[in-house]
Amino acid sequence: MKKPNNTSLHEPAFHIVKRDTIPLGKAMLIRVAAVAAALLLCSVLSVLLINANPFEFIETLIDGAVGSARRLWKLAKDSAVLLCISLAVTPAFRMRFWNIGAEGQTLIGALAAVAVAFYLGGSLPNTVLLVLMLLAAVLAGAVWGCIPAIFKALWKTNETLFTLMMNYVATGLVSFFLVIWTPSGSSVLGALSVGHLPIVFHEYFLLIAITLILTFVVHIYLSRTKQGYEISVVGESENTARYIGIGVGKVIIRTMIVSGAICGLAGFLIVGALDHSITTTTVGGLGFTAIMASWLAKFNPIVMIGSSAFITFLDQGSAQISTNFNIDSSFPDMVVGIVLFFIIGCEFFISYRLKFRDSDQNAKKGGAGK
Amino acid sequence: MFKKILTLSLLVIMVAAVCLSMVSCNKTEDEFKLGVILLHDEASTYDLNFIEAVERAAEQLGLSESQVIMKKNIPESNDCYEAAADLVDEGCDIIFADSFGHETYMIKAAKEFTDVQFCHATGTMAHTEGLANFHNAFASIYEGRFLAGVAAGLKLNEMIASGKITAEQAKIGYVGAFTYAEVISGYTSFYLGAKYICPSVTMDVQFTGSWYDENEEKNAAIALMNNGCVLISQHADSMGAPTACEERSVPNVSYNGSTVASCPNTFIVSSKIDWTPYFVYICNSYMNGEEIAVDWTGTISTGSVALAEVNTQAAAEGTQAKIDEIKAKLVDGSLKVFDTSTFTVTVVTEGENTKNVNAKVDANGNLTSYMADVDTDAAYTADTEVIKDGYFHESEFRSAPCFDIQIDGITLLNAKF
Repeated sequence: MKKPNNTSLHEPAFHIVKRDTIPLGKAMLIRVAAVAAALLLCSVLSVLLINANPFEFIETLIDGAVGSARRLWKLAKDSAVLLCISLAVTPAFRMRFWNIGAEGQTLIGALAAVAVAFYLGGSLPNTVLLVLMLLAAVLAGAVWGCIPAIFKALWKTNETLFTLMMNYVATGLVSFFLVIWTPSGSSVLGALSVGHLPIVFHEYFLLIAITLILTFVVHIYLSRTKQGYEISVVGESENTARYIGIGVGKVIIRTMIVSGAICGLAGFLIVGALDHSITTTTVGGLGFTAIMASWLAKFNPIVMIGSSAFITFLDQGSAQISTNFNIDSSFPDMVVGIVLFFIIGCEFFISYRLKFRDSDQNAKKGGAGK
Repeated sequence: MFKKILTLSLLVIMVAAVCLSMVSCNKTEDEFKLGVILLHDEASTYDLNFIEAVERAAEQLGLSESQVIMKKNIPESNDCYEAAADLVDEGCDIIFADSFGHETYMIKAAKEFTDVQFCHATGTMAHTEGLANFHNAFASIYEGRFLAGVAAGLKLNEMIASGKITAEQAKIGYVGAFTYAEVISGYTSFYLGAKYICPSVTMDVQFTGSWYDENEEKNAAIALMNNGCVLISQHADSMGAPTACEERSVPNVSYNGSTVASCPNTFIVSSKIDWTPYFVYICNSYMNGEEIAVDWTGTISTGSVALAEVNTQAAAEGTQAKIDEIKAKLVDGSLKVFDTSTFTVTVVTEGENTKNVNAKVDANGNLTSYMADVDTDAAYTADTEVIKDGYFHESEFRSAPCFDIQIDGITLLNAKF
């Protein structure tokens, strides 16, 4: 058979073609391969850059994340906090409302909880205090999430910029209150002795349990309720939503109140179960990491358990690398970056496949024969 | 769905089992270990100062690499407790934390792990907390600041003598982080050092409200220069102020290590706390079975307060010789930094802007009494008389500074922080 003589024409080496569906097993295999490839690359880099033996590198990563009962609890706890904030951003994301203000919504929730503990602590029974802290945190988070939503619904403002700016306002408010609360001028509040969540079974157990329950609640809310359905419709197409009689503005505002309220809950958990205090870095960027966790899980709350645990695993493991090899945090950060890059990259190969020139021409020929 | 959950929980249990079995065989042999918790990493001059001190101390003590474990980027939150607990698991005998906000979480760890020693830099609570295994430490950095001030005073005198400025124009600008005793004590001792040499000097202080904010610090330095300040110093951790000075050729007295590499034409000198003696002290104490002091203050005599090499390019002639001369006086005690006869204080007890309410002064405005907040409590009660024998006893009742008096000659441009 003679090839058609069209080599003078420019033809790309490959085409990108959307896959129809891919079996779950195969998709998982691609993901595992991506992580393996990423870790291989990191190992090679560890030899070249920090002169570490690659096995030692992987071992340290795993040891740092799950190497002791304490580390395992920490992994579970940190994953739970990340999961909680990831759950918070998810309803808005399913609605295609790009809320990048989870950091500020969580921080303002934490601030509200600390404020209640600071002013009312000692004069109220602990249970009442905790309830008030929770309410204040949820309310503050909801208000913080609601403000950009109102502006979006009424005046079509850009929610990405708006929610981002609200983060800075929240940080500013924390600085402001820290100055008021620390007359010595240190701006360090330190752990308060009141408003501690009770310890059930283990210090972190309650926080983890609450977050897991929340995961199923959010899952059911999104997949089994009318409101969850409305969110999906608005996300798919606002015009369709309007056509079938959904008040788009109302859904946007309501969903952001939900998102903000869950962030507020996360802030309450951080204060009540862990820090008992606040600094401008209390949330520590988790509000942004949560976006990644939510995306990786394709906005599915159950899968998010895995994605938050995975991101936390990498973080905790790479911190151990920094400690054991006595290097600054840039290299571990790079490791996390490389692994996430590979995973996001592999999602592309799960949705699309490459068709190379030869197979492409065969396909064309096959098509012509029909 | 149920299957998914089951698989997931099984997976978690399996991983947990593997890890627990790893732990049980992970116990290390009984050798001395030092654990260090750092707020940031090498990128911060503050933490770099600690990291270098740990490394020097380890070298002096002959500790191997495996005997020193550093945990970097540990925030001032429960993470600090977790890091400390993890270091206990790693077999550390002494655990040190470098940031003020770590304190309450270190205390939490100290209460739980009573056979491990916890040491904390810059803190204030050890002497009231009453824990046998929790210790504070600081250094009399005001002595170093005073000497740095001497260098600044000499530079101002040189500028006056050359006709560049008049005696009245000798105004220093100071970029501070917070209106906090550590900062106030720092700029006041610096000012008094300059005043010791150049009596007409005044000073403006601009606060940034952050320990590390390069932009803010640079802007504050520029604002001060625009306001007529002819020499700049700072108490904040970034390169903001020094680089602003280099751009405008305004002399700068730095902190936490030399900035001569980036500012060769304007860097005069810098003071810093050298933590090496403290690390050597705590490790030796532990290994010899001796108690670590509850509240340790390093001084210029113990080598805990150090000055960087004077940059002759920018400093006035004879700066090093003068510093050495005055240092000798500080060491033998014939000169006191906070000698009450060298400065005056205005007390305002009524009206909106009260000032120095805990101070008592004589007819000339010199301090006769000051009640400082030495013992930490929620209400910040002023509890201890610190004026005795004609000087303010800084860092004597506790290691962390407690001098927070606003003396005459220093203007706070924004006291809100």
